[in-house]
Amino acid sequence: MSELIDTLKVQIIEQLNLQHLKPEDIGDDQPLFVEGLGLDSIDALELIVLLQQKYGIKLANPQDGPLVFKTVKSIADYITEHKK
Amino acid sequence: MTNPVFVSSYITLRSNKILLNGEVIFEAKEATTLNFFQAVYDHFQLNYPKFFKMDNLCKTGFIASELLLRTQKLSETYHPEQIGIILSSANSSLDTDIKYQASIATAPSPSLFVYTLPNVLIGEICIRHRIKGEAACFVFDIFDATFQTDYVNLLFETGKVKACISGWADYYSSKAEAFFYLVENTGSETTLKNNAENVNRIWNNLNT
Repeated sequence: MSELIDTLKVQIIEQLNLQHLKPEDIGDDQPLFVEGLGLDSIDALELIVLLQQKYGIKLANPQDGPLVFKTVKSIADYITEHKK
Repeated sequence: MTNPVFVSSYITLRSNKILLNGEVIFEAKEATTLNFFQAVYDHFQLNYPKFFKMDNLCKTGFIASELLLRTQKLSETYHPEQIGIILSSANSSLDTDIKYQASIATAPSPSLFVYTLPNVLIGEICIRHRIKGEAACFVFDIFDATFQTDYVNLLFETGKVKACISGWADYYSSKAEAFFYLVENTGSETTLKNNAENVNRIWNNLNT
């Protein structure tokens, strides 16, 4: 899980063009949206693309998005649970 | 007879060099265009993380507006609705359009898609500088000082704006170019009037 979280941080920085951040700047449980990293709705779409491209996972229910993409750890949990 | 409006200040970004009112304020000869953007961001400590999400046309325009307005906070002088921005461009969003088209082959990128309109260039600057007045981005083959000055002067004559960023921003195939100038209805006898002759003179001097 720890390795997946580290990989995800690198992928998120690359996919979302967050070059001003380093992986260690993103806490495992830090909120990604609004008060946390300040990601927006376009970033949410990019995270969906990231899940599909890198892990072959399609978000089955879009309403799950806010919970799945809450933190890096919650994304890692979702990948672990749904990766074939 | 209408009251004259004036060019308060102007800036150009071209060939990895930035001039403010004709004086070089930054240059990075050996840098690639993308490294140049980063170097400008670092040198002037722009401190605006959204910069990294922008496409290259927006980065070009953002840097020009940021440095033009660095010592002149429009929001402290004018209401947001009194500030306009009228720009033109040759290649518009073509550079990003091509990248987005390429992304369709695998997974269309939402963050590329949002920059496939030249008006986004205007939007990024408006968000940053709280501009809510007349805003437009026109596409021309070359910079047309007559069109720019006629359009902007009409905005002043009709009371639509009290300050306006006018100019040119272009990015295509790693070539960035911007020429922004601030127009206001206050000035002295020595301040340049906003007419095609003066604007062309600045533009041509900067091109030599």
